[in-house]
Amino acid sequence: MRIGVYVCECGKNISATVDVEKVVDYAKSLPYVASSRVYKYMCADPGQELIKKDIEELKLDKVIVAACSPRMHEPTFRAAIEDKGLNPYTLEIVNIREQVSWVHDDKKKGTKKAKSLVKSSVMRSALMEPLDRKKVGVTHKALVIGAGIAGIQAALDIAGSGYQVTLVEKTSSIGGKMAQLDKTFPTLDCSACILSPKMVDVGRNPNITLIANAEVEQVDGYVGNFEVKIKKKPRYVIEDKCTMCDDCVAVCPVIAHDEYNQNLSPRKAIYIAFPQAIPASYIIDPDDCLGIDPLICSKCKDVCGPEAIDFDMKPEIIEDEFGAIVVATGYDTYPIENLGEYGQGNIPDVITGLDFERLISPGGPSTGALRRPSDGKLVKNVVFIHCAGSRDPAKHLPYCSKICCMYSTKQALMFKHEVRDGTAVNFYIDIRTGGKDYEEFYQRAAEEAKVVYIRGKVSELIQDGDEILVKGVNTLTAETVELHADLVVLATGIIPSQGTKDIASVLRLSLGINGFIKEAHPKLKPVETSITGVFVAGCATGPKDIPETVSQAGRAAVRACNIIAQDEIEVEATIAHVDEMLCRGCGVCVETCPYSAITLIDTKRFGNTYKVASVNEALCKGCGSCAAACLNGAINQFGFEDKQILAMIQALGEE
Amino acid sequence: MSYDYIEFGESEKEFTSKIEEISGQNIFSCYQCGKCSAGCAFSNLMEKTINHTMQLVQLGKKEKVLQSNTHWVCASCLTCTVRCPREIDVAAVMEAIREYTLRYEPETIERLDLPEELLKKIPNIALVGSFRKKSEL
Ligand SMILES: Cc1cc2nc3c(=O)[nH]c(=O)nc-3n(C[C@H](O)[C@H](O)[C@H](O)COP(=O)(O)OP(=O)(O)OC[C@H]3O[C@@H](n4cnc5c(N)ncnc54)[C@H](O)[C@@H]3O)c2cc1C
Ligand code: SF4
Ligand code: SF4
Ligand code: SF4
Ligand code: SF4
Repeated sequence: MRIGVYVCECGKNISATVDVEKVVDYAKSLPYVASSRVYKYMCADPGQELIKKDIEELKLDKVIVAACSPRMHEPTFRAAIEDKGLNPYTLEIVNIREQVSWVHDDKKKGTKKAKSLVKSSVMRSALMEPLDRKKVGVTHKALVIGAGIAGIQAALDIAGSGYQVTLVEKTSSIGGKMAQLDKTFPTLDCSACILSPKMVDVGRNPNITLIANAEVEQVDGYVGNFEVKIKKKPRYVIEDKCTMCDDCVAVCPVIAHDEYNQNLSPRKAIYIAFPQAIPASYIIDPDDCLGIDPLICSKCKDVCGPEAIDFDMKPEIIEDEFGAIVVATGYDTYPIENLGEYGQGNIPDVITGLDFERLISPGGPSTGALRRPSDGKLVKNVVFIHCAGSRDPAKHLPYCSKICCMYSTKQALMFKHEVRDGTAVNFYIDIRTGGKDYEEFYQRAAEEAKVVYIRGKVSELIQDGDEILVKGVNTLTAETVELHADLVVLATGIIPSQGTKDIASVLRLSLGINGFIKEAHPKLKPVETSITGVFVAGCATGPKDIPETVSQAGRAAVRACNIIAQDEIEVEATIAHVDEMLCRGCGVCVETCPYSAITLIDTKRFGNTYKVASVNEALCKGCGSCAAACLNGAINQFGFEDKQILAMIQALGEE
Repeated sequence: MSYDYIEFGESEKEFTSKIEEISGQNIFSCYQCGKCSAGCAFSNLMEKTINHTMQLVQLGKKEKVLQSNTHWVCASCLTCTVRCPREIDVAAVMEAIREYTLRYEPETIERLDLPEELLKKIPNIALVGSFRKKSEL
């Protein structure tokens, strides 16, 4: 056996705390070691060439690199040795940066620790065996869950690359929150005008199968081969037959809350969410309808010319297979009920940002002229309260919701455009305008529209006659202040939607501390998740504006296409394997595995049937949890066999 | 706790727009960075900082602005004007507040009321200056 040991200085990152020359000398004294060298940047081309040259000239059969974390450069060095004909899984990395030089000051001790780690790795390396990368076939089709702007964009981009994509939306129409917005910062173009063409494209694109009013119930399988169960709730209106004549609405006797208008206006039990809705079809809400029973009412059915109404529709389960999944299930806003100082939703003219979008929209409940909810009076004085629930780790949300400075500014500006002699006052803590043309937009609001900005929190909102008394502070003049307003708009924070939480549990995705879906890496893998083949875009990972959501959706689409474009994909080689003779079928590993990769199966031994653990090779991520948990030592992990680990421990103990 | 009442009534609007008119500046451009106050050589002598004054003008707080000595301490050196990132001629705003006082809140000095003793001591330039600023003539 001929092992080469390569020690990296990492500039001064390592060499400042580890005497690299000494480590090299020490490595040369160890068994099996045929060569050891040091270089300033092992990961750079000359460093890699050094290793490659040695493999050729010194006929090395294993390589050890003592450098940074394997998370950084394991793939780099694996590729380098594979290039010279070695099996990539015979590479061993000793982390002498994160685990030595960065955490120690004492060079003597650091050098000693680096030496022991190198020794233990040599012992492991000697026992390492070549591993095969397994391949699995791929279904050339993607699933996008959630059809806000993120899901719409991801579906269009996947379809645009020539692949089939199924788009599942929970509500009766695609569009998400963006469909509720009136105008959009920083250009003030009308939200519907820029969104509707994309929605229409989704409806028309032959590569997109849209399933609205539906939810994903179950996902099995693994990257390349997800088996998905989708439950489509009955719409009671046949999509293809409905001509959107509106005749049914005239006769329906039931008045219900219109969710699209934030419950600020009524709708009927049969309705369409909004005129541009896609699928372009009415729907009956079974909770509002007098009873999905022709005997009780059926007025709509009687007047429907094209006979589109079908009370006998049943929930449908659609089963399909997909190679990759994009989650785009979006956000909700922080509940006003949690904000005691702002009336907990009991003051009718204290509303949320989304309420305001509907109120000022020409298609909204007050048909454009901004009237307040309580008495329909035209609004003259508005107070906008930023950070309502955000940036308050003690009581509410710890994080900044990122878009509300901008949308409050937008709303103040929209208000001033409509009510020229009105006043708009924004209470803020900081103004955050980190986006292209955002700061300019904010300055424009103040300069052109004379929107007033007061730095400070509002402490209390009190109904005072038909006005609202706003009490707060102006920290710039160091005075407590109060004023009256006709309408108060709370910039309520952005939180993960219920649908985001639901789908995370169906897919077993990891969530961050704030409940948003966690990215595989916050910077370099922003759309990847803890599960290979499942990607995420838009507000499901955290607050985002539309431009960022759209770009993320594009990246998620590309990543999904990377998978579904292939005929087969390689799966992790360092996966768990079961020694059936040792396994007693206790199932501890089944519960331990965070990726649900292990099941108990029946096996025949000496004519009897036993339960034993079985690892799904495509699902296993090689985390090693099961190997650690198994009481019988029946599960081992390729590349991290017990004998290798024990050899390492023994080497460390000898020091 | 006493709260300062904010309202944008006729008198507030009148004050803000008069200052804007006299100075030719958009008061609402000010986003309270404080650069004017940071660079003013006389900030330490002012009862309210310049940016504080700017905010009060935005809010139409006439009394608070006029009561403060800020605009009188201002030496019209234009440092604030040169530095303001929003290109507000801040010194012109200070001048506008002085002018406003002269136009609308005249505090007059009657030469004949001044004691002879004092008149002997006051330099001519101060006397002329004070007539310009504080006399009905
Ligand atoms: C008041 C306000 C004003 C705003 N103004 C602007 C602006 O002017 N400019 C700007 O750039 N941004 C603005 N934004 C931000 C903008 O709304 C978001 O960036 C954008 O809507 C995010 O889109 P999304 O697709 O990620 O999420 P969403 O719009 O929330 O879409 C998620 C979709 O997924 C569906 N869904 C959820 N769960 C499931 C499930 N389990 N299964 C199937 N479907 C599911 C939902 O029904 C929804 O259709 C504003 C936000 C607010 C609150
Ligand atoms: S974006 Fe602005 S309003 Fe929203 S939480 Fe952050 S600082 Fe507050
Ligand atoms: S190694 Fe991890 S992912 Fe693989 S089967 Fe064991 S516990 Fe599951
Ligand atoms: S420098 Fe200009 S913008 Fe900054 S506080 Fe002074 S007047 Fe306002
Ligand atoms: S012009 Fe007046 S306010 Fe401006 S820096 Fe000079 S003294 Fe200060």
